[in-house]
Order: sequence, then structure tokens, then C-alpha cells
Amino acid sequence: MPFRTEPMTVNIGPQHPSTHGVFRLRVTFDGEVITEVEPVFGYLHRGTEKLAEERNYVQVVTLTDRLDYVSSMTNNQAYCIAVEKLLGVTPPLRAKYLRTLVAELQRIASHLIGVGFFLQELGTFGGTPLMYCFRSRERILDLFEMLCGARITVSYLRPGGVFSDAPADFWPALDAFMQVFPGELAELEQLVLENEILMVRTRGVSPLPLDVAVNCSVSGPVLRASGLAWDWRKEDPYDAYDQVRFEVPVGTNGDNYDRLWVRMQEVHQSLSIVRQCVAQIEPGPVRLDLPLVLRAEAGVEAYGRIESPRGELGFYLVSDGGISPYRCKIRSPSLLNLTVTEHLLVGWKLADMIVSLGSVDINMGEVDR
Amino acid sequence: MAVRALTGQEVAQRLEAALPDAVERWEPEVVWVHPGQISTACRFLRDDPELDFRFLSSLSAVDFIGHFDLVYHLTSLGRRHTAVVKARLYGRDTPSLPSVYPVWQGADFQEREVWDLMGVRFEGHPNLKRIMLWEGFEGHPLRKDFL
Amino acid sequence: MSCQLAAGNILYENPLLRWVYDIAGTVAPCWAAYLAAGLAFMLLLVNGVLIGTAILTWAERRILARFANRIGPNRWGPFGLLQPLADLIKLLTKESLTPRSADRIVFNLAPILMLMPALLVVAVVPFARNIALADLSIGVLYVLAISSLTILAIFMAGWASQNRFALFGAARGVAVLISYEVPVVLSLLGVVMLAGSMSLNDIVAAQAVPFFLVQPLAFFVFFTGVSAELNRTPFDVAEGESEIVAGYHTEYSGIKFAIMQAAEFGGTITASAVIVSLFLAGWAGPLAGYLGWLWFLLKLGAVLFVFIWVRATFPRLRTDQIMAFSWKFLLSLALINLVATALEVYFLRGDSRTLTTVDLWVMAGINLALAAVAIGAFGRLNRAQVQRVRPPLPVLAPAGAPAGKAV
Repeated sequence: MPFRTEPMTVNIGPQHPSTHGVFRLRVTFDGEVITEVEPVFGYLHRGTEKLAEERNYVQVVTLTDRLDYVSSMTNNQAYCIAVEKLLGVTPPLRAKYLRTLVAELQRIASHLIGVGFFLQELGTFGGTPLMYCFRSRERILDLFEMLCGARITVSYLRPGGVFSDAPADFWPALDAFMQVFPGELAELEQLVLENEILMVRTRGVSPLPLDVAVNCSVSGPVLRASGLAWDWRKEDPYDAYDQVRFEVPVGTNGDNYDRLWVRMQEVHQSLSIVRQCVAQIEPGPVRLDLPLVLRAEAGVEAYGRIESPRGELGFYLVSDGGISPYRCKIRSPSLLNLTVTEHLLVGWKLADMIVSLGSVDINMGEVDR
Repeated sequence: MAVRALTGQEVAQRLEAALPDAVERWEPEVVWVHPGQISTACRFLRDDPELDFRFLSSLSAVDFIGHFDLVYHLTSLGRRHTAVVKARLYGRDTPSLPSVYPVWQGADFQEREVWDLMGVRFEGHPNLKRIMLWEGFEGHPLRKDFL
Repeated sequence: MSCQLAAGNILYENPLLRWVYDIAGTVAPCWAAYLAAGLAFMLLLVNGVLIGTAILTWAERRILARFANRIGPNRWGPFGLLQPLADLIKLLTKESLTPRSADRIVFNLAPILMLMPALLVVAVVPFARNIALADLSIGVLYVLAISSLTILAIFMAGWASQNRFALFGAARGVAVLISYEVPVVLSLLGVVMLAGSMSLNDIVAAQAVPFFLVQPLAFFVFFTGVSAELNRTPFDVAEGESEIVAGYHTEYSGIKFAIMQAAEFGGTITASAVIVSLFLAGWAGPLAGYLGWLWFLLKLGAVLFVFIWVRATFPRLRTDQIMAFSWKFLLSLALINLVATALEVYFLRGDSRTLTTVDLWVMAGINLALAAVAIGAFGRLNRAQVQRVRPPLPVLAPAGAPAGKAV
């Protein structure tokens, strides 16, 4: 007698331990194999783009904090760069270095979260690697607290510079962090990167071909894991990235392991950038003397983009001459990286689904905006 | 090697040579394309070896009350240049233009978002439904007349 | 008094029970004394396991926390030792929900059925010299038979919940158990051959050299297999919390959840007790006559620590990989061990029909080398299969070539 089977549709989320926020996947399974998948989101939609039209240019900075809430600094950075393009101003050199420095610290913190939760989703229930990651991330957040008094929603960057210069005790603290962190990172890598089970679970799983990735507008570590060295910090250097030297790690197979590996390597590169920034930074002003309420000329528009930890983060600003942006479109890497969900998941198993989703490292604050 | 932003003229001339009636006009940084031709134009922009815009960075719409501007930010990963293509749509009731989803799958969620929040329809999009808001929501919040 | 136990009686073998029987026999009729003695010992066992479960939950949380650079529960009582009590009170006072569409009878029966095997298995485990509830002559068989019953409860729980995650968990649990039962049973044949008996008491007595040295392959297979059957990491697919929420116990809450947790941890304790008896020489050790229970508990603690250690370190395997691991790797090792042990026993025991300590050491030497070779060889073989060659990915074609297929 042949077995009669039928497909089963399951809603993964919106309440599920590993969907990175309020995210829903409507998945159809044949046994454990995924045959259809449809991402459903919007649960965290706060209308940021509409809100930005009602606030002046500086106030919008606080809105950007809440987009990708594990990397607020880079959100600030993208927005400030877009506003500076709109106004046609350049921040002072020290501010550029400070921005680069905090952006790289933020990248480390964000990648640690990405890697940590990726490993958590692989089922290390003890949470050991996740806690290793959080231990280091806490140190970075402490540094941010010294800079601006906030840990998550920092609002440290301003159009035309940064909110204020780093306090005197920030530099020794940063130094202490740079002493401790490489050891902690090595510990994490030792625990993770050569683990046999991790290899079996991630190598060759959910490979993303490069042409699909490009066609789907995928950016950031996911694109690089598929084998293209495309990094906006190199391609279109903003802030002080033209002053520092770093490598762009590239994967070869575009599988889950490569995505993990690229993130781990980027942490190393970010560390190197932070070191160079500390060595090169010179005293000077940290903020342009701009009017309190900024106004751009009517009809001017600007598209400012940076390489955020998740990919190309762009702000498209249109001005009508008023005190707030006429239109503020946010090109969010998390949302566009989700385009490949179907390519990544169909044909793989339920257990791989969670891991592949974790390897894309989305942030719902940014997807839903 | 920094990425170069192509001028509107460069793109427009290249585009006009192949598709004579696609280009409306050009500005220093922008090419204006007839909305009806946007899909064909984009397919050419993607497949042309000189232009090679295989990466759709961003797709957005701006509401100017009298008209909608659709803005496509394109990037060539191979040639390392960028360009901005725009299309202007008149009318507020049922603005629509061809979808670029068949050209770039990356347009999927962005077109859905534009439909959801701006109310511009994309003909040929396979799954054009609301993305951020729920089905049955009235109005399109990013329009300037939505309060 | 007049009450006398026959020499063949289960209770007679056990000094503790005989003592209870004799005392009770002075004031009560013989059958009541017999009942009292049996109940007293069962009370001791059941509560021993349950209290052990409570301590294990605390220990696991503390140890996992230390692995993860945290502190763990430390508020309630010294070192947080009263934490399990607090958890229990919390769970008892929570509402015990039954989903409307669930099969009520099966749903409510599952937790109880799940706890039973964990408690039943300890009946045959010798805690110290001559201290076991029942020294069954088919002890090993009994352990294997009873411990597989857990999966029935798991499947009942998953099926009756009418929850798709629970169903996933239950199906995975059954699949894993069926695959792992085979190598586990085969691995124990070697042990039984060495001891020449299926009684756990005899097996402990036969371990002049602890069997994890004499039977390293069997030890490895049994330990791995048991952790798969217990749904411990890296085989915890049945509840895999990051994938299927909580697996088969997704819908359980309150006291039913508490019982399920107790069953799970109790199962770990009893399985560790069996491992200690079968492979770590049970209560044997210096001054075993007086301190046998202490040695037993120490070894039990060591095995449990390894379980927790593994949990803190390893990610979870995928279901099909777990199956492959069982059928391609563990089964082969178990068969090699079986054949090797049979040959060794045949050639070494000679005319006396018994194995001396020297024989055991010889076997330990041979088997350790064999284990190293077999695990290495099969590990390499399986790794090659796992990291099979993938089709190369198309790279971004040079500019000009048509881009990726438009979807």
C-alpha cells in the first residue's frame, strides 16, 4: 500500500523563537522539505518615511536609530551622509574619523549579534556562543554610552559631524577594549569555526548563486558570500574610508557557512579599521557650524548610501525648500535581502530554513520601517 | 576605484540609440523615461554591455501632488557606475506603469511597497498586494493628501 | 518474629529491605510487613529520582551558565539551590491549558506515561552492593524495553496536541528512536557477553576492569545512542527549540509541563545510572562495601556532567544527518564491536569458561586500538560523504553577457 501524503502549511511566526522579531513565513512542507515559502511582514511598520516628512532634518536622526536597532550608528551615518549631499557640505576631518570609528565598532557589534543568533539557531541551546558574542557586544555598547549616553538608540551622528567630541576617558576605554576583544574573538572562533557539526549543518546548505543574488538586489555580507567583492566602503568611500586600508572578505560558495565566515572576517577587518582610525585621528572641530534648522534648496535631491552591516543602506531625500525632507525613502538592505528567501529555502528542510534565515541576518525594524 | 555616476546625457544617448521613443528628456544626473516604456528601457539598461545595470539599488516614488515621480537608482557592479532613471506619472486615481519585476527580481518588494504606500500600480507584477499594511487598509499613507 | 523471608525472595537479597521487613514484622502481619518494605523502597526510589531531577535542573542551569560566562540561578537559597522548588511552585500555580482541538484523554495521559519509564528503569539499577529493588536476571533487556516506551508518550503528546510543531517533533522523535534502538541494543551485546549475564548486578560484579575500557566502542555507541534517545543535544530534534518552538511539548503548560520536564531530566538520570552500572563498574571502588553509594553517585555526577557539557558545546544535527549518523556510523561500530568481542571471548576464556582480570586487560588493549582505528576510519568515510562535491556556482558573467535568468 503506498503512503498517502499531503502538503502541510505552517505559519512560522509571527510568534516563533527564531524569526528575528515579528516576522512570518508561510511555509508549505512536504514532510520536512519546503515546497513553497512566502514571507509576510509589516508587523513592525511604524511609518518612518511618513514621520520623517513631519520632522526637521536633525530630528530625523532619532528616527533612523529605530530602523535597524542593532546598528544605529550606521543608520545615522547613512542619513547624515544623505543630508550632507543634499546640502553640499562636508564634515570636518575629525568628525569623519569619529564616524568611521563608531561605524566600525557598530559593525562589530552588529555582526556579533548576527553570528550569535545564527549559532543559536543551529541549536546550541546552552547559548554558549551567543553569550560569548554578547559579552563583547556589551563592551562596545559601554563605549557608545561614554560617547553619547545611549547604548542602542544612539543618535550620535548629526548632519555636518557628530553630536560631540569623545570624552577624554573614551580613548583609554577604547584601548582597553582593543586589548581584550581579539582574545574573546579568538575564543569564539575556536569554539565555532572548526566545529564538525557546524560544518555539516552549514556547508553546501542553501547556496545562493551570484547572478540570482545580483538580480535580487542582495547586498552586504550575503552578496559577498556569493563571491563578489562589492563593498560600498571601497567602491564609493565615504567619511574616512579612503584613509584606511582594509580587505573585503569574499566567500566562494554562497552557502550558510560562507555567510557566517564572511561576517567573522569582517569583524577582523573592522578591528583593523578601528586601530587605524585611532592612530590617524587628529584634534579638531567635530561639527560644522550649521544653522539649527537646516534648509536645502527646493527641488534638490540626494541619494546617500553606505555599507551598513547588512548591506547597502541608502537614504533618498528630496527637498522642497522646507525644513523637513519632502520625501525620505529608505533603501533597507534587510528588506531587499529577503527577496531571495524563496531561492534560499525551497527544497531544503525545516531545520535548514531557520539557519538560512539566520544567515541572511535580517532585522525587522529595518524590514518594516 | 570609486564608482562613477553616469550623467543623464550619457545614459540617454545610449538608450536613445537602441530605443528611440523611450527617452523623454535628460538632466545632468537623471534620465527621464516614458512610463509606458520603463520596462523595455530597464531591460535594455540591464543587458547592454556598456551600461550593464544589473543591480537595482533602489526603487522609490515621490508624490508631487500633480504627478508621481518613480525613481530607479541603478548600479553596475561590473562597470562600477551608477545612474538614476525617472518616470513621471500623471493622475491620482489609478496611476500605473509596467513592472520591472521581470527585469530585476529585486524590484519585487519595492514595487509592492510603492503600491502599498503610494498607490501606484505596476502592471505585470505577479503578486502586487499590500506589503506593510494589511489588506483592506484604506488609502495609501505616503501620499501627501493622506493625513 | 515469625515472619521469615524465603532466600529466593527479591526482598531477601536486599539488606535494607530485610531490615524494614523485620521491623514492620514485629507489629504487623507478614503480608503487611512485606508490603511496607516494598513500598518503602519504592518511595525511596521514586522520590530519589524526582529529587535528583530537581537537583539536575539546577545543576544543568548553573553549569550551562558557567559555560556561557553567566552566573545562572543564584537567588533562591544557597547557590540558588531552591530554584527548582520555586520553578515547581510557579508551574503548579499556572493554569494547565488543554487546547480545544486536542484529544483530551491522550493529551493528559502523555505526561504521566512519559514519567513512568524513567522511574521504572531504576528498579533494576544496583546503587550499592546488593541494593537494588529487583535484581532481574534479564535486567539489560528490561532496561532496553522500558526505556523505549518513552517514545510512545512523546508521540502521544505530539499527536494529541493538534499542533503542527508538536507533530513535527513527535515524528522526528519516533524516527530518531527507531534508528538508535538498533545500535544501542547491539552495543550492549558485547557487555552481556563479557559478563555472561543480563543481570545488572552481575555485570557490575564482572567489571574487574571497568567496561568502558574493555568495550570502548560499545561505550561510545551506547552513550551517543542514549543521548539521542533522550533527545539531548546534539540530537534534540524532537524539541529543537529554535526550529519547532518546543516540539512535542509545545502545547503543554503548568503541571503537565512540569511532569514532562521531570520525565526528561529523570530519563537522563536513569540513563546515566544505567551507563554507570554497565560501563563504569557501578558502585565498585575503594571501600565499596561501605561507600558503594558514594562511588555510584560520583560516577553518576560525572556522566551527567558530560551530558551537560555536550549540550553546552554542540549545535544540533539535522534529522536526516542524525539518521545517517546512526545507520552509517554507529551501527557499523556496534557490529565491529560485536564481532570483535565474540572472537576475543571465544579465544581468551580458555578451559575455565571464565574471563580473568588479565584477559580483560588484554581485551581492553585490543579494543581500544580497534576503537581508535574504527572511529577514525568510519569518521573519515562519513565525512567524505557529508562534504560531497557541490555543483559549482555560476559566477557573475563579464559585462555584456546576458544577466541572470529573469524570473
